[in-house]
Amino acid sequence: MEFPTALVLNAIVAGLLLGGFYAAVSVGISISFGMLDVVNIAHPAFIIVGSYIAYIVNARLGVDPILVSVVLSPLFFALGMLIYRVYYVCFERRGQEALRGLAFFFGILFITEVTLVLIFGVDYRLVETSYSSVTLRLGAIDFPLRLVVPFAVSIAMVVGIQVFLSRTFFGRAVLGVSQDQLALRLMAINPVRVKEFAFALSIATAGVAGAFLIVIQPVQPSVGREYIGLVFAVCVLGGLGSIWGTLLGAFILGLAESFTSTFFGPSWAPAVSFGILLAALAFRPSGLFGR
Amino acid sequence: MNMNRLMTWASAGLAALVFAVSAQAQQPLKIGFGMSLTGPLAGNGKAALIAMQIWAEDVNAKGGILGRKVELVYYDDQTNPSTVPSIYNKLLDVDKVDLVVSGYGTNVIAPAMPIMMQRNMVFMSLFGLNVNSKFNYDRYFQIMPAGPEPAVGWSQGYFDIAMTLNPKPQTVALVGADAEYPALALEGARAHVKKLGLKVVYDKSYPPNTVDFSPIVRAIQATNPDIVFLASYPPDSAGMVRAVNEVGLKTRMFGGGLVGPQFASLRTQLGPLLNGIVNYESYTPEVAAKYPFLEQFLAKYQGRAVKEGVDPLGFYLPPYAYAMMQVLEQAIKATGSLDQAQLAEYMHKYEFDTYVGKVRFAKNGEWSAPRMLTVQYHGVVGNDLEQWMKAGHVTVLAPAAYATGTVQTPYQDSKK
Repeated sequence: MEFPTALVLNAIVAGLLLGGFYAAVSVGISISFGMLDVVNIAHPAFIIVGSYIAYIVNARLGVDPILVSVVLSPLFFALGMLIYRVYYVCFERRGQEALRGLAFFFGILFITEVTLVLIFGVDYRLVETSYSSVTLRLGAIDFPLRLVVPFAVSIAMVVGIQVFLSRTFFGRAVLGVSQDQLALRLMAINPVRVKEFAFALSIATAGVAGAFLIVIQPVQPSVGREYIGLVFAVCVLGGLGSIWGTLLGAFILGLAESFTSTFFGPSWAPAVSFGILLAALAFRPSGLFGR
Repeated sequence: MNMNRLMTWASAGLAALVFAVSAQAQQPLKIGFGMSLTGPLAGNGKAALIAMQIWAEDVNAKGGILGRKVELVYYDDQTNPSTVPSIYNKLLDVDKVDLVVSGYGTNVIAPAMPIMMQRNMVFMSLFGLNVNSKFNYDRYFQIMPAGPEPAVGWSQGYFDIAMTLNPKPQTVALVGADAEYPALALEGARAHVKKLGLKVVYDKSYPPNTVDFSPIVRAIQATNPDIVFLASYPPDSAGMVRAVNEVGLKTRMFGGGLVGPQFASLRTQLGPLLNGIVNYESYTPEVAAKYPFLEQFLAKYQGRAVKEGVDPLGFYLPPYAYAMMQVLEQAIKATGSLDQAQLAEYMHKYEFDTYVGKVRFAKNGEWSAPRMLTVQYHGVVGNDLEQWMKAGHVTVLAPAAYATGTVQTPYQDSKK
């Protein structure tokens, strides 16, 4: 097996770009599952909703889909608040979140898919942007803007969330709710409101990730299911509740996929990725950045 | 019992008998199937369903079959093979359908086969690749113009065209998704490669949920193949085509078995990125003269497809879905029966007139002769759909009787 320099450098760049996308898809789960213990299995469905909204606005008004997703993220935020409120009242408050809560999110996943099918049909949709077919070349290394733009926005979003969580009072309250809800109550903070806010934030990231997805590849209503395993793998590898861990986990899986595809055959990529996950968990059961 | 009472009872009995017989005649002729109405192949499934519904309406407008109206009984298989056995058991045991046909595609046809064989049902299938090669079921019939050896026939045109290049290609890269159809298409391509004595420099598959295909294309480029054969489903077709353009793949011919460029959604999304690709098609306006009845059908189909959010062109699957039902119709009318043995015998013996031309079945239920078109896309500018509605951007390369031009190579130059 030969490893020509150009191929290695391109594999690194492709892996990092892919990792950036995986980070955007996974950061919401890192918040909801890692910090709030809410097993939001419907997260990929919200990503697909984000894809379709970006698609509609782009088709009608010609606005860049990623810009649309950022501008409309308050809508997703509000949707997240609503869903968490229902989840809390119906399941969490009664202590039934373990199984019934899971069924609730499965239900949301299926209802969302069917609703999208009824509204948009089942055809594949893709947004063609001005940069979709542009590839920058630096020597022998390719930088396809179709992946570079989502990567840049994703990194900005993930770093922004980390700064928010670590530097602001409300952000620290979110971190606090994942550690000790009773202590939070003793400080006169309502953990339900904090969780509602954090869950809403996770859904807002899903909307943005959806716009990335429809720029990168064609989307149809049920395509989100293919990401369920991946997003949880990224979060577990990075360490539940750690945003930096999620970013690192996404880069590791992106690089593993890229190198395996380039040098050993793409069909080995999932096995290598999950092999890395198993190995990491064997040595650090709480994940790379887990506490 | 006096005579009057006896007469009254006899009359009532006779009336009940007549009523029962006429009710039997009025019962609809039920044709059951599972169809992918959600899931990854739902776009094709819904398009096929529209074509089958148009057929049912056309038949019913002419009084039905054997004096009975036709009723389609169908369920969504969610593009999930595990749902298929229960759907067909329900159709046969609960809905009591008279006949069954398949949904779209290899993945959902194969799981229905054991049930059809247990029940001795005639099974018309729609675009399943080489499904009967393992089952050898004598009541299986297939609508797809890939010939008696479908896996090989599928890529016959691609390799025939490749071998016309001067100088002849020496090396080939084979790549496809880890899924039923691509695996079978690659199996057929390997048979061609072996027969032609080409050297395989890359032969790998990728997971269907791959996001970035550029590492795969770079790995292929590193082997510097003369030709590249790709077997893929729509999302990965789009991903591979984009990656090929981003990486700037240099090879003499690229394509072969991409599912996706046949549909409006990928044609409009990929637009000029399709230029230069050699691929298969089941119909294109460039050969409209060979299919005299299709225009009328397509007009009807396209009107509905737009409303239902499915492929507005309808070139790929709908004509064949309609033809599948025409075969059944002709067989039932000719035998005057729904007896499965008689229908199977007739279908093996006779030729059928359909919207996609004359169809005759080989012993294994596949078409007796291949008729899949091998084409090259060219001159596509922009992403509008209109340019695809009429002839102009597709050169038919094979079969010879349908050819409208010759292949342009190398691939990187023919993209312009």
